[in-house]
Amino acid sequence: MSKKPKVQLWYKNILDEKTPKKPILSNCIKAFVFGGLLCVVLQLVQNLLVGYLAFDQKEAASVSLVLLIAATALLTGLGHYDKLAQIVGAGLAVPITGFANSVASALIEYRSEGYVLGSGCNSFKLAGAVVVFGVVSAFFVALISLLLGVV
Amino acid sequence: MEQQGPMNGAFDFFYPDSRAGKDSFEMGEQAIEERASLLAISKAGLLLENIDLFISGDLLNQITSSGFTARNLGLPYLGIFGACSTSMQGLILASFFVSCGYAKYALASTVSHNCTAEKQFRYPNEYGCQKPPYAQYTATAAGSAVVGLAKPGSQIKVVCGTVGKVVDLGVTDPFQMGAAMAPAATDTILTHLKDRQVEANYYDAIVTGDLGFVGREICWDLLSRSGFVYEKERFYDCGCLLYGKNPKVFSGGSGCGCCASIAYGHFCKLLMEKKLKRILVVATGALLSPLSSQQKESIPAISYAVALEGVDA
Repeated sequence: MSKKPKVQLWYKNILDEKTPKKPILSNCIKAFVFGGLLCVVLQLVQNLLVGYLAFDQKEAASVSLVLLIAATALLTGLGHYDKLAQIVGAGLAVPITGFANSVASALIEYRSEGYVLGSGCNSFKLAGAVVVFGVVSAFFVALISLLLGVV
Repeated sequence: MEQQGPMNGAFDFFYPDSRAGKDSFEMGEQAIEERASLLAISKAGLLLENIDLFISGDLLNQITSSGFTARNLGLPYLGIFGACSTSMQGLILASFFVSCGYAKYALASTVSHNCTAEKQFRYPNEYGCQKPPYAQYTATAAGSAVVGLAKPGSQIKVVCGTVGKVVDLGVTDPFQMGAAMAPAATDTILTHLKDRQVEANYYDAIVTGDLGFVGREICWDLLSRSGFVYEKERFYDCGCLLYGKNPKVFSGGSGCGCCASIAYGHFCKLLMEKKLKRILVVATGALLSPLSSQQKESIPAISYAVALEGVDA
């Protein structure tokens, strides 16, 4: 029944020839450098928190992540995040910034449909998948570690 | 963005903000279309009461921008959907009603908005995702045309139109719009030339809707393989023209408003100034939805061609 056309070979050849390639290598390098720098900066923040404000290591980690999320939300709201993400890609998507941005951007986008049914219902539209699969995989990891512990 | 492009002379009016002074992007889009429609009527030297039929479409779900514009204009209304090809689809229908005598004047409008299209078809506007270099940028623009029977002082004539077939060569990547639509444009151009039994050179310019830089190259390649002979300099694409080579728009502009504004604003002006005599406008549309592409469906594309001629006064 399903009649889904596949790209025909002759047309695929034309497409391959005429379509500009994604700059995968340079994207990877940019993402690696930027993502790494971001982590270095955050580590510095953590060290400062521990050294000067007398946080313990665990608290400092939480606080610095919260700061990063706040910074992401701010950049998203000011409209700079998406421009930066176009350049550095996964360098921003992999750290917690990607998750924060997906929630913040949805909150802003659906504000026009109201606080509850708009922003509220849609805030996890993109991030929901991360939460669901995060919990599911955590469950299985816990199960495996439990079984290993028993054996 | 549109104002900074090389085609800013094609537009009558620019809004300084993307909501056009309204509360939401959607309301802004509707306001832009309403303004374009009223401007077209007044430029034609007519009043709202003179218009017998309003034909319009846009990219939003249930074509709400058009419906709300029709509510505010208070005109008999036919809502249409042809994705980015809506401009020429509407023009063909408007011309049909007028030439059959069912309407004295018909108004064909269309609009698209970058932010509402992003919201509906892709991700939230502020969401950071990396777009490939062949992606296109939905134009925030509207275009309207009033069609009536020829009278002294008429400057442009709608000669004929070709309703295209839906062509689908199996492209599934919703960022590859140009590649999905190029075969449809090719098919319609060749059918049109065959039906009219004219050579491509009969037209001073062939203007495709919004294939973008990538799609234009593919379309040109497909046409050349079919023995199509033409000068590439006169084979324009509205998506390439609207913003010029701008890295922010990747492969070029798209959206209903792209073809409408450039065809009506730029090329019709050239016809009126007698710089061009005969043009063929080929609007292209990708008939996909976010749902269909998530269900791994390919992208069917449609294309409508309209031949326009300047009239010697």
